[in-house]
Amino acid sequence: MTAFEPALKPPPRNIGERLVRMTQKAPIHVALVAIALIWLLPTIGLLITSIRPRNEIQASGWWTVFAGHLDFTISNYQQVLAQGNMLSAFFNSVSIVVPSTILPLILSSMAAFAFAWIRFPGRDLLFLTVIGMLLIPAQMTFIPLSRLVGQMHLGGSFIPIWLVHTAFALPFGIFLLRNFFITLPKDLIEAARIDGAGNVDIFRRIVVPLSVPALASLGIFQFLWTWNDLLMALVFAPRQGQPMTVQITTLLGTYASEWYILAAASFLVMVVPLAVFFSLQRYFVQGLLAGSVK
Amino acid sequence: MTDATATAGALERPRHATPDQGGWSWTASLFLAPAILLLAVFLLYPTISTIILSFEKGIDNYVRLFTRDPNFLTLRSFPPSGAFWNNILWVVFYTSGCVLFGLVIAVMAARVRYEALVKAIVFLPQAIAATALGVIWRFMYFPNPSTGALNAGLGVFGIDPIAWLGSPSFVNASLIVAGIWGSVGFATVILSAALKGISTEILEAARVDGARETQIFWRILVPMLSLPISVVAVTLIINVVKLFDLIFVMTRGGPGVSSRTIAFTMYQEALASRNFSYGAAVAVVMLVVLLPVMVFNVRRFRAERVVQ
Repeated sequence: MTAFEPALKPPPRNIGERLVRMTQKAPIHVALVAIALIWLLPTIGLLITSIRPRNEIQASGWWTVFAGHLDFTISNYQQVLAQGNMLSAFFNSVSIVVPSTILPLILSSMAAFAFAWIRFPGRDLLFLTVIGMLLIPAQMTFIPLSRLVGQMHLGGSFIPIWLVHTAFALPFGIFLLRNFFITLPKDLIEAARIDGAGNVDIFRRIVVPLSVPALASLGIFQFLWTWNDLLMALVFAPRQGQPMTVQITTLLGTYASEWYILAAASFLVMVVPLAVFFSLQRYFVQGLLAGSVK
Repeated sequence: MTDATATAGALERPRHATPDQGGWSWTASLFLAPAILLLAVFLLYPTISTIILSFEKGIDNYVRLFTRDPNFLTLRSFPPSGAFWNNILWVVFYTSGCVLFGLVIAVMAARVRYEALVKAIVFLPQAIAATALGVIWRFMYFPNPSTGALNAGLGVFGIDPIAWLGSPSFVNASLIVAGIWGSVGFATVILSAALKGISTEILEAARVDGARETQIFWRILVPMLSLPISVVAVTLIINVVKLFDLIFVMTRGGPGVSSRTIAFTMYQEALASRNFSYGAAVAVVMLVVLLPVMVFNVRRFRAERVVQ
């Protein structure tokens, strides 16, 4: 039941009445179908292009497949994985993203637990300071951190980008998890304390197991955030460890109008997020809505 | 920790009913230390260091940005131009476009059975990287009408191809359209959720009184949704201030410098041209622009706490 379904309207009694109602709504149906097409077709166009042979792409537009130009190939993907270096870029993306997702989950859940369930002086002020850091743009850190990375001779490793991704995930992660943790039943935690459980036990055995949905939302959000990231990787990823997003911008420079390469490469970077989106849509939307402050 | 605070904590216990057993101060730091350490080293220290760097030549960097750097801002021509002005265009058109389309789609989708499907389709671009989104729209805008769908569409009506991304007069509008396409789903999902909270009686009463649908939209829905709309708008404004990926992928700030944004300028100055002090000043401008937004978010956070 939605705000727009008139509450007092009885269900249609017969086919005639149903038809009348459908025609009344016809403009809405037409508009919504148009909207759906506008939001689907650009992506579908690129997908179709990624499986068309190079000479076909240069001869005619992707929309001609709807007129029967059905000539498809997977060689674009083979080429982009091998010569376009997208396969090694894929593994670089994985190497960057996995620690950059797990580390923030651990560190922010620990800090959020302290903010939610341990009493200490200056807690609210510290918490507000952490939330305030949400608004620090990544650009504020580029110059000093690049220098620091150089001084510590870490330029060739993944460590800088792991730590930068983690640090930038913390304010939001702590905010999200702390707000979830304070909704956990107080009685349960008090009972555990009375039974002699320390904070470490309460955290590990009660808070974390009860917070799996929130942790999943945060994890998915952070995973997609780092997977889709371009800016941090441009600045902090090692030269030999460029992720897929950076590799695509390199390909754009080399193959500016070779769409058989660019389309296939873009789809490779989209596959993982789309799979996550379709399989875990509920967590994904939750995480995104909660993350609207980031 | 001093005895005084410990005693105060002990006295507060019965009232707040969050009893902690002894040793709370060191366990708190155990839980907090790793996060606080990373925040200090990777956020706080660089921020302070960048601010100091930006004032290396007094306020000259800032004076130069706003008065002597036509790439950043010039008010001498009409319309004004430069990265800062482009960001203003983005704030106005991208934010209002996303909110308006998002609200219209949410309202229309609420009246059909396949609401969830429509929302999922519009939301889909949120999942993909801005990098891929940029490639998709470079492809749509491609000048050659046998490749670029938009120019092919114009060709049907006998209109000559347009250099969507290659002409300074079209490039910002083209980029903003791509940006709106990418973000409408976010506005739709949030506003649609808020829409469900409006009671049907109010709308029924308006309809009984003879209000038209457009009147209901502007006079009832928009005012009643002003809070969620402002939350969405603030989020989108943050996106705009940080806008980089789309510009980098689609135009690299070009043609010339006509589609640069503040965030792109920072990257260009500090990392490509290695003007560190000047780039630092651009980063500080970003932070200052974001400050009012931070105040809004912290207020919102406080309001939420009152509700709890």
